[in-house]
Amino acid sequence: MKLAARIENLQKDYVLSGEVVHALRGVSLDVPEGDYVAIMGPSGSGKSTLLNLLGCLDRPTGGSYWLGDSDVATMDDDQLSEARANHIGFVFQSYNLIPQLTVLENIEVPLHYRGRVSAADRARCRELAVLVGLGDRLLHRPMQLSGGQQQRAAIARSLANDPFFMLADEPTGNLDSVTTTEILSLLERLNDAGKTIIIVTHEDDVSHHAKRIVRLRDGYLQSDELLDDSKRIRVAARALAG
Amino acid sequence: MLSGFATTWILGIKSLLLHPLRSLLTVLGIFIGVASVIWLLAIGEGISVKAQEQIAGLGAENIIIRSIKPPSEATEGARGLVPYGVTRLDYETMVETIPTVTRALPIREITRQFRYGARFLDGRLVGCTPEYAEVTQLVIDRGRFISSSDIASRKNYCVLAAATAERLFPFEDPLGRSIKVERDPYVVIGVLKPRAASAGVGGSFAAQDFSKDVYIPITTLWFRIGDRVLTFGTGTFNGEIVELSQVTLRVNHVDNVMDTSEIVKNTLREKHKLEDYSITVPLELLEQAKNTRMMFILFLGMIAAISLIVGGIGIMNIMLATVTERTREIGIRRALGARRADITRQFLAETIVLSVLGGLTGIAGGLICAPIIELGRNALEAVVPEMMADVPGVIRTMSPRIVPMSIPLAFCISVVVGVVFGLYPAMRAARMNPIEALRHT
Ligand SMILES: Nc1ncnc2c1ncn2[C@@H]1O[C@H](COP(=O)(O)OP(=O)(O)O)[C@@H](O)[C@H]1O
Ligand SMILES: [Mg+2]
Repeated sequence: MKLAARIENLQKDYVLSGEVVHALRGVSLDVPEGDYVAIMGPSGSGKSTLLNLLGCLDRPTGGSYWLGDSDVATMDDDQLSEARANHIGFVFQSYNLIPQLTVLENIEVPLHYRGRVSAADRARCRELAVLVGLGDRLLHRPMQLSGGQQQRAAIARSLANDPFFMLADEPTGNLDSVTTTEILSLLERLNDAGKTIIIVTHEDDVSHHAKRIVRLRDGYLQSDELLDDSKRIRVAARALAG
Repeated sequence: MLSGFATTWILGIKSLLLHPLRSLLTVLGIFIGVASVIWLLAIGEGISVKAQEQIAGLGAENIIIRSIKPPSEATEGARGLVPYGVTRLDYETMVETIPTVTRALPIREITRQFRYGARFLDGRLVGCTPEYAEVTQLVIDRGRFISSSDIASRKNYCVLAAATAERLFPFEDPLGRSIKVERDPYVVIGVLKPRAASAGVGGSFAAQDFSKDVYIPITTLWFRIGDRVLTFGTGTFNGEIVELSQVTLRVNHVDNVMDTSEIVKNTLREKHKLEDYSITVPLELLEQAKNTRMMFILFLGMIAAISLIVGGIGIMNIMLATVTERTREIGIRRALGARRADITRQFLAETIVLSVLGGLTGIAGGLICAPIIELGRNALEAVVPEMMADVPGVIRTMSPRIVPMSIPLAFCISVVVGVVFGLYPAMRAARMNPIEALRHT
């Protein structure tokens, strides 16, 4: 199976007022294409750090991270930007849409950083908006949308550059349970369509939509558990009932 | 690529429109800077052109020698009136001994009251020669100007300036009638066309009012009035013993003017112990005026530069605030793949939009400086006429001249200001750590 990402003995230290914080102490993980991984763990266990590294927002202190054929650890700032522009889609807890832009313009933002924007790219952005159910909100500003709608716009945006994988840090953290279900089923649909997804969450209900749960503790990988379909279906049913 | 380029600018404009008032005020700073560059240069040019015109009006080939009252301490101890000024002998010596002098124009002018019947008028009585009309560009309306034979036979003829004729002869035709100056009658042989007050052979730079003049043969003036002239005012009187008020020498060629003026200076220095004359060389003044103009332009340019720098600091200030405010946006864009250069470009585009807008409106504001100055001058003239009367004529009458170079110059400067003062905030935005920028609330 083809790998979307491969990390080996990944380490990340932060220096905070002279003291070294070991946020990640050697994590190894293979993410095959089409996977849907939920990263869980207590607060401060290194989830966001891992996700930022996977998203090429930062370089690891040690270990290696293969994104396609290139080692992210050796990239300079511009190459990291390029990797993000071409291979990564981000979804944030607080949506992070740009307020002065319309929904459609927000979805198009990643395209500008890949060079030429073609008419086909534009058309695809519209399709993405339709896909996430915002076909009739293209010209709205983020302020005019509900939280769930904003997060759907953000998901569409993360797909604009047709990334290797989508990274989502607590994407449902700001949403109520109904909207959460909505977003999760959208993610599931995208995953079913072949998109690789990695999300950080601390909610079991959320993580059980994934195919696989990776647990971190104190910067170590604690467990890596594959979920079978029966379990996923059970969770989905419970969510519907609740 | 074009589309990316265009979106950068469109995005910049959009972001600026989020804070229209703030952007407007920032633009205002540059507007004032650019407009002031154009205004100041135009005013400077206007004044210098006017000054040069006035100097040129004196004649670049002329050397003007005027009698001036020596400082009182120089004549202290002497009793009564002391003769001073340029003499007839000086005049003759200069005419005869300096070969480059082609023509010399002696005049004697005094203030007198002119009367006709019950009407009277105070004005300048000018004793002159026939060439005077030509050199000072007096135009005869009716009759004729003074002739050589009038000079030779000391005729009691006079020529009236337009306003003098108007005042003394509101109803009659003045030609052939006699006006009186003191006890002497003078027959009017000519009337001049009205002319605008301007500097002429008068010698000083203040615009002269020629409208109330009466011209008579200089020989007649010497004969009838003499060198000793007493002028009675209310309770005071001034006296002077002067042979010639002024001599204007015309030199055969401009190239000889400076040498000739040296000779004139030496000739007069030998004969005069007192500082009772002044020599004006318009050509020399013209050179000086050109130098002064450079200084003036530099000085005004500096003022304009300062106002542009102030405008630039305004831009920088706003952009720093904007960058801080939009830290999160910067983080988002970085996460979505923006390189540092993309962020720099984005914020730089905004400052350039601001400064170019300021530049363009500033140019527009600069181009309308002539009518605005005219308007302001008229308003001042109407509100505080006394104050305006004290303003030097050069400033009162000058019209600003847009220096063509100042427009591209001002525009370039505004763009440069935008780039220079926008670069630091833009680079600060680009240097932010994306993860921290994303955490910014
Ligand atoms: N920029 C940073 N500077 C210093 N320490 C950091 C920084 N980011 C994270 N950390 C530390 O690294 C550890 C892991 O943080 P994080 O990955 O954010 O945990 P989680 O997302 O699982 O709550 C924590 O102890 C945190 O304090
Ligand atoms: Mg976290």
